[in-house]
Amino acid sequence: MKKLVIGLASALAVMTASSAVAQDKFKACFVYIGPKTDGGWTQAHDQGRQYVEQELGDTVETAYLENVPEGPDSERAIERFARSGCGIIFTTSFGYMDPTLAVAAKFPDVKFEHATGYKVAPNVTTYNSRFYQGRYIIGQIAGKMSETGVAGYIASFPIPEVVMGINGFLLGARSVNPDFKLKVVWVNTWHDAGKEADAAKALIDQGVDVLTQHTDSAAPMQIAEERGIHAFGQAFDQIEAGPNAQLTAILDTWGPYYVKKIKAAMDGTWKGEEQSWDGLAEGILAMAPYTNMPDDVKAMAMETEAKIKSGELHPFTGPVNKQDGTEWLKDGEVSDDGTLLGMNFYVEGVDDKLPQ
Amino acid sequence: MRPGTWKFRREGEEGVIRIELVKRPQHSAFFSAMSPFIAFGLTLVFGAILFAAIGKPPLAALYSYFIEPLSEMWSVHELIIKATPLIMIAVGLSVCYRSNNWNIGAEGQFIFGGIAGSLIPILVPGFQNAATLPLMMIMGMIGGAAYGAIPALLKTRFNTNEILTSLMLVYVAQLFLDWLARGALRDPNGAGFPGSIRLSSAAQLPEIAPSQGGAHLGIVFAVIAAVVVWFMLRSTLKGFEVRLIGSSPRAGRFAGFSAPGMVFFAFLVSGALAGLAGISEVSGAIGQLRETISPGYGFTAIIVAFLGRLNPLGIIAAGLVLALTYLGGEAAQISLGVSDKVARVFQGMLLFFVLGCDTLIHYRIRVAGRAIASAMEKS
Repeated sequence: MKKLVIGLASALAVMTASSAVAQDKFKACFVYIGPKTDGGWTQAHDQGRQYVEQELGDTVETAYLENVPEGPDSERAIERFARSGCGIIFTTSFGYMDPTLAVAAKFPDVKFEHATGYKVAPNVTTYNSRFYQGRYIIGQIAGKMSETGVAGYIASFPIPEVVMGINGFLLGARSVNPDFKLKVVWVNTWHDAGKEADAAKALIDQGVDVLTQHTDSAAPMQIAEERGIHAFGQAFDQIEAGPNAQLTAILDTWGPYYVKKIKAAMDGTWKGEEQSWDGLAEGILAMAPYTNMPDDVKAMAMETEAKIKSGELHPFTGPVNKQDGTEWLKDGEVSDDGTLLGMNFYVEGVDDKLPQ
Repeated sequence: MRPGTWKFRREGEEGVIRIELVKRPQHSAFFSAMSPFIAFGLTLVFGAILFAAIGKPPLAALYSYFIEPLSEMWSVHELIIKATPLIMIAVGLSVCYRSNNWNIGAEGQFIFGGIAGSLIPILVPGFQNAATLPLMMIMGMIGGAAYGAIPALLKTRFNTNEILTSLMLVYVAQLFLDWLARGALRDPNGAGFPGSIRLSSAAQLPEIAPSQGGAHLGIVFAVIAAVVVWFMLRSTLKGFEVRLIGSSPRAGRFAGFSAPGMVFFAFLVSGALAGLAGISEVSGAIGQLRETISPGYGFTAIIVAFLGRLNPLGIIAAGLVLALTYLGGEAAQISLGVSDKVARVFQGMLLFFVLGCDTLIHYRIRVAGRAIASAMEKS
């Protein structure tokens, strides 16, 4: 009888212990704006999530919600995560900013990280990537590779993030071809393969022979491949969509950042109110292999990449004029981060009127 | 060959088979009332098959779709928030569709209601008193009704097809809102980001039970609208006019009712309700005017209107059911990793079975075979 009791008790102990282990698993949750297989922005975040599972293995459990529209739907999605036991929640679209803060105020013990926003709280941080560093490099490549001297840019929404990318690209292109021109099409969506493809066709018909985009799908790359021009991958390596078209791609490599912040949340060193804005040097951004270009262009691109990494080159260094010809940066002057993060003007040479 | 016709050949003889729908002389009142439930049951059965086919446990999946969102109070509030605009818009649409006016543009009227209603708190943020909210709601209704009047005017004056005009005006409204949120109405302190200032608390619809969840006063408006329109359709002369003109325009003319007048009435009522839904969403759920304020409520409400059999009281239930499929979609994504596309498939199946049941209640299928060999010999 005694043996039986001991046996039962130890069995119970094992059971509770194992269920305690299951509960101890830290839960990291991700809210996505698009489908996780969009071949761009969202897929890059999802790779980051998979990297977390790989690196942290059994100690972490991840969950995600995809195709979550901005607005009240996202607030509900984030709240559902907060209530389902998530320890940290990554909200990966600009429009999730206010919903993230609203839910964070209700759940002070849950940690929130909002991508690309500008508002923080004691349990909310923001994280972003210096995409403009990659934009400058692909701009330089475009300046060398384009025969017409005109590139096409498929843009999503006229927010500072996107305007900064357009300006970074053009400054890169003009550093090797001072007469370089840029045509911009606004599609007013982050992810709509049909609209993105139409914009790509319209730009090519207007004579651009290099294409880049600030939207989430691989459709522009497919059109570039079909029409035999060059293009750059966005957020994700799109070489499969454009084996002959892709020159390189700006890769969002969120994985190491996610691992770092989840570890911090697990061991109690995570801090709120922080705004992280890393770049090529810190590895949150990387360039895909330089392909389909002559060796001298490739060498130039690699040199620029190295210079940006070492801090020797800052893409937004004067002299730079605004679109209307007035001076923005004096010779040698480097833009401060605040101006970049609130950027609402074009630099000289953009063939478009910024929607206001 | 006419649709529904197939050729066949048997023992050297050629013929055609036609499948026809023949109107039943009388339809069963019992099955008419039961049809949404039968449709819902069929959706559950086929939903379970669908889950089994993609390798998910069917019962657990159905549980997270239809029970889990109802198991907690905050989630019930979220359900109400999601159902509020659907019900309000669909009630207005029922007046349109009953009177044979095919307003597909409620989404645009919703957006214009949101814009017009939020003009006061955005442009005159200091105006905060007891009149703020009522004025916003009235402005929202006027905005939606005015936008709904455009397809009505085009239909009565130029005989254009209201399906096309009302639909295309949706895109105009979406782009107009986008332009406003990035330009004239943008928050000057928003660092260039789109979206208006946050509405002051005096301009936000109060929550009905703040300690339990976020549902706001909009649901009260929706239920009142449903009851008023239900009474109007059922027991007033205007309601008789709506139903008569809808089922027989000629009879309506003989009765002395004005067909153009009815077009305007239907579009103004549904526009005003869509507009009220728009400003309720901005004021109650979002708290600011953003570049997009609707994930397609105006279109989903069309499904809700038909699922509720164009009866305002049925629409309340239908709105809640459809809202449940959205919330359930999220719950299933989190607990089972089911793709969010499955929620759309569910909605599609539900509408398919509702329309299918309705059709079979009013019509029966007749299969007619006829040999055409002799006819061919002659030719």
